[in-house]
Amino acid sequence: MRESIRRIQALMYKEFCQIVRDKSTVLIGIVLPLVLITLVASGMSLDVTDVPIAVVLEDSSPLARDAVSFLEGSAYFEPRYVTSMQEAEQLMSAQQADGIVCIPSDFSSRVARGNARLQVILNGVNTTTATTVRGYLTAGLQGWMQSYGQRTGVSGTAGSISVVGRQWFNDANSSTYLFVPGLIVIVMTLVGVFLTALVMAREWERGTLESLFVTPMRPMELLISKLVPYFLVASAGFVLCVLLAVFGYQLPFHGSCLALAICSAEYIIVSVCLGLTISSIVKKQFLACQLALFVSLLPTVMFSGFVFDLHSVPAAIRVVGHLLPATYYMEFVKTIFLAGNNWFLLARNGTILAAYALFFLALSLRLAQKRLS
Amino acid sequence: MVSEGSSVMDAAAGQRQHGEKGTQTMALQSVRIGKTFSNQKGTAVTALTGVDLCVPYGKKVALIGPDGAGKTTFLRLACGLFSPSEGTMDVLGLAVETDAGRIQAKVGYMPQRFGLYEDLSVQENMNLYADLLAVPKEVREERIRHLLTLTGLAPFTGRLAGRLSGGMKQKLGLACTLLRMPPLLLLDEPTVGVDPLSRREVWEIIDTVVKDEGMTVLVSTGYMEEAEQADFVYIIDQGRILASGTPQEVTDKAVSRCFSLVPTAGISARMLQALFLSNEQILDAVPDGRQVRLTLRAGGNPRQLETALPGIPLSFTPVAPRLEDSFMICLHQASRTASSRETPLPPPDWTVGSPSGGGKTVIEVRELVRRFGDFTAVDRTSFSVQDGEIFGLLGPNGAGKTTTFRMLCGLLPATSGTLFVAGQDLRRSPAEARRNIGYVAQKFSLYTMLSVRENLEFFGGVYGLLRQARTERISEVLEEFHLLDVADTLAGSLPLGYKQRLSMAAALLHKPKILFLDEATSGIDPLARRSFWHRITNLAAAGTTIVITTHFMEEAAYCDRIMIQDQGQTIALGTPAAIMEQGEAEDMNHAFIHIVEKKRAERKANPV
Repeated sequence: MRESIRRIQALMYKEFCQIVRDKSTVLIGIVLPLVLITLVASGMSLDVTDVPIAVVLEDSSPLARDAVSFLEGSAYFEPRYVTSMQEAEQLMSAQQADGIVCIPSDFSSRVARGNARLQVILNGVNTTTATTVRGYLTAGLQGWMQSYGQRTGVSGTAGSISVVGRQWFNDANSSTYLFVPGLIVIVMTLVGVFLTALVMAREWERGTLESLFVTPMRPMELLISKLVPYFLVASAGFVLCVLLAVFGYQLPFHGSCLALAICSAEYIIVSVCLGLTISSIVKKQFLACQLALFVSLLPTVMFSGFVFDLHSVPAAIRVVGHLLPATYYMEFVKTIFLAGNNWFLLARNGTILAAYALFFLALSLRLAQKRLS
Repeated sequence: MVSEGSSVMDAAAGQRQHGEKGTQTMALQSVRIGKTFSNQKGTAVTALTGVDLCVPYGKKVALIGPDGAGKTTFLRLACGLFSPSEGTMDVLGLAVETDAGRIQAKVGYMPQRFGLYEDLSVQENMNLYADLLAVPKEVREERIRHLLTLTGLAPFTGRLAGRLSGGMKQKLGLACTLLRMPPLLLLDEPTVGVDPLSRREVWEIIDTVVKDEGMTVLVSTGYMEEAEQADFVYIIDQGRILASGTPQEVTDKAVSRCFSLVPTAGISARMLQALFLSNEQILDAVPDGRQVRLTLRAGGNPRQLETALPGIPLSFTPVAPRLEDSFMICLHQASRTASSRETPLPPPDWTVGSPSGGGKTVIEVRELVRRFGDFTAVDRTSFSVQDGEIFGLLGPNGAGKTTTFRMLCGLLPATSGTLFVAGQDLRRSPAEARRNIGYVAQKFSLYTMLSVRENLEFFGGVYGLLRQARTERISEVLEEFHLLDVADTLAGSLPLGYKQRLSMAAALLHKPKILFLDEATSGIDPLARRSFWHRITNLAAAGTTIVITTHFMEEAAYCDRIMIQDQGQTIALGTPAAIMEQGEAEDMNHAFIHIVEKKRAERKANPV
């Protein structure tokens, strides 16, 4: 037992020396996560602001102007007034406008009759923006119609009762808030799996394992000496990411710190062991990298609920999603950040992750044999 | 199997009767052990079959054989890194199939490439292994210091292992293996790729420790003179033991079949060799120091030798056989059954006395310098090479020969100096100069996923051969290099000897005036090496200039002139005979060591 501890200490010391001397580990483990969080938090956003809109006033009456006046004061739009449809189309094709609002010449008279029409044309190239803009425009127009109706008593425009929704959990309706917790999951997957997928394969490639094997060292000791240092590197990356998100980008955090720490530790163990497993199987750094990409990073991005809501995907994909440990961690992190302590969900996902951690630990141990073939 | 004179087995049987402790008298004993791998296509490849091998306690046993013979597989089986497909093996009284863990906790094993951590310092590597091998705390410091002193690494404890020279790495690996002072030491080609000086040092370390600690050693090696120092030798080829016994017993197989002669003026040693190798009476011929050494086929008549080359008077002296002669006899016997080997060689396509080159200078190097930062890799080197000459570059690891070589091929710019290759200034018009150059890299650098023919098509295209000429030239080289039967095989799946021939074929597609070969013979077996030099001899006779680097000192004898470099400087330049004169030795190995050591001592005495 004493000898075993001595060997583990020696191996861990070796691993730490290598981590410190090999700049790429620090780069992948600490710098990359921070850069990703910074990039996404400050740059990547599904929010639509300052959308250039061409407004064609074929009816230039005060009433028509009033109808689109909501565009002026809004942070979402940047209206440009033109007089003909042709001009608007030119702006659109020159990409100086993302949408056209056309008020036909009979607008004022139809408003009075209660069957006013208004044409909205959107640039369908960017569907996400288009959908958002349509929503904003409809809401704006409906708001105007309602207040116009109240002011004038003409109810003809109605039949359209505007419903202004308010979203829960994402108070500011900011997608940054949704992205950053999800990104933390992605980063933990990336760091955990990639770091370890490389280290074991590297020892195979450089032939260092052959010498290590013919020592009293046990496979379990080698595994522990790999697990602990890379667990610590990934954890450091995780803590820095959370700190940056909460203090640097004012991400709300409503839940329990302890619960987050426990569950994240479980997930890091899952990632690190998955990496070690990949590494033990393929034994080549290049292949290990490819495999890590295909079994961990891509599914995590696509199927864990990071980009697509798992409730609205085909059943087959939902099944795949629910096989991934990342899905449970994703749900956990989003919940704990944005909704707070939903204890049932936290406990359930925590337990599932613990089971995954044990499974991968056992699997990597099983594969770590002192045999070359 | 051609197992003969198995005195080791007899000894084992004897000891067993005396000792009554069963295998206790044997540190290692394998009975009909075999190992089969399945390759990527799923077909079984037999690496070892029916191998009986014994290592008595306190003895040194050598396993010799060409590359790919199964030496490494056997050693890996012995330390439980593979499980055997058939047979049994006991190591230190433990069965490898069931007790791999306990064996690994006891033996000392040095793989061919010891797994040093290159980003750890010398001291850190030693500390790591001291802890892994459970070296007792009381002796730890003392033993590390002792081994560092013994290996001469004491001044470099802080240096990263990755920054050590090849020889030093090997010594550090050995020191790590020796840390626990194992009862059984398994060494897999401990001196492969190491220069003669470091090689001698490595053996001094092994011998010292083995004597002091009474260790048992099983060592695999490709060097016959190393095997001659062992108590017992086993010759292995294609997974089978071909012969075994004491070095003397094995050597005696070649008794009264070995002769040597001094080349007559006008015919070089390599030309004589080529002529002899196509003679039916002669099994093997090899330049050896100033002489050419011959081995007769079984039943060959020595008296017929004198008329072997019509019109050339020859006088032979019978010489005592060496282990290498028996080794070659064994390999030839085995190859007669295995059809993959090509024997005997075709007669040379030149006639004796035909002019080799016109004495025109094709490579001219003046005051060549190459610096990396403040380290001078090549220091004011000057030499020239004549048309049709074979020019050898020799030197210890890190002497600057690879750097020189790369500058000659235009792969690395020179810091200063002049460099003319085939009449072109390599520093001004490298593209023009390269057109006249063929280059065979040390590592196989063709496309493994292309077939032999596709590789040649590609290189033909790269060299700018037009379609018609290309097709013709490719069928020419395919035939010349005996590649026709593998023309549509993927290059990656070829055996090493074939790959080497393919590399040469590709380099010669555009009929270059100069062929550069970087350690072309390392890793290929002795028979393939004979045919390699046979080809080189033909090429040189046809006027191609050859520049070659090699680790095998005995290959210097094939060269017209050689240059020895050390620490970036030229320390010897001349014909092999002149170099041996300068080195006051009868063979190139000792001459080399002598010259290098003398120069180093001089430099130490009056540093510039």
